[in-house]
Amino acid sequence: MLLQDKKILVTGVLTDDSIAWHVARIAQEEGAEIVVTGFGRGLRLTERSVQRLPSECDVIELDINDTSHVDAMVEDLEARWGKVDGALHAIAFAPEDALGGNFLNTPAESAQTAFTTSAFSYKTLAVALLPLLERAGGGSLVTLDFDNSQAWPAYDWMGVAKSALQSVTRYLARDLGPHNVRVNAVSAGPLGTVAAKSIPGFSRFDEVWGERSPLPWDTSNPEPVARMVCVLLSDWAPMTSGEIVHVDGGFHAVAAGTPPDEG
Amino acid sequence: MDRNEVSEKLTGVLVSELGLDGDKINDDAHFEEDLDVDSLGVVELLMALEDEFGVKIPDEEAESIMTVGQAVDLVHGKLNS
Repeated sequence: MLLQDKKILVTGVLTDDSIAWHVARIAQEEGAEIVVTGFGRGLRLTERSVQRLPSECDVIELDINDTSHVDAMVEDLEARWGKVDGALHAIAFAPEDALGGNFLNTPAESAQTAFTTSAFSYKTLAVALLPLLERAGGGSLVTLDFDNSQAWPAYDWMGVAKSALQSVTRYLARDLGPHNVRVNAVSAGPLGTVAAKSIPGFSRFDEVWGERSPLPWDTSNPEPVARMVCVLLSDWAPMTSGEIVHVDGGFHAVAAGTPPDEG
Repeated sequence: MDRNEVSEKLTGVLVSELGLDGDKINDDAHFEEDLDVDSLGVVELLMALEDEFGVKIPDEEAESIMTVGQAVDLVHGKLNS
């Protein structure tokens, strides 16, 4: 199996629609042992969601911006496994005034919050897990991205934070490569998760993908993204690092959709 | 399960899982406006209902639920279809 006996940490499981939930599910189906993390008010949802996994797993409370949570998580994983083979970083947040067409008026603190929670946190997680990844002889980290090489309506400072996340991915790849740790990002097309529904104007993304994606994109199917995450966590991408892997139906590669009569 | 039983059980879920005030819950109560249930609360409610009643509530159907009565009707309809 793809992830036989791997010990994998999965953050960002909210509901059974979450991309992270599907990563956890596939990882289990492929032989991994997993632990998931949940946050704040969402923690109760996480605890409910893990009961829907093929095998129920433990939930660790993790506010990535709270050092005591990060330390407690590392301690737990140390006692539990003594090592970690890989982790999914699926953590993002932007205050309301940083999204939804308020770009020119967003205060610095709100933009900083978006950056700290959504981009800097990949570094926080990586540094925390590094000793455990080394104990496994190296490992793989994956984060979830939405490609912002071009500006989107309404996505605003969350978009800027995602661009920063791509850059954080490359710098982490630079610094963790010598430790035999791969660091990558999966840039997904739009999926109808709880996180996505909190983005004002999300339906616009959906429409654009419908017109432009070469492969027919289904916003209700997180499976293709979750599979790619699992491939990157596995031993089947051993020399891939600092990469932004698009799982977007090919959307990023084309500038406009082909009219039906010319297709 | 008849509609009254569904309503009673659902009220129980709202009180125990979402911490709502049982006295404010009636068929006409609007989740967001009357009960202060935000979007995350609605998600939690839907998952709790799926777990408690053993039904599946697709997003398209979930989006139309605004009041307690509508939630009761939806669950009741699913249990009796």
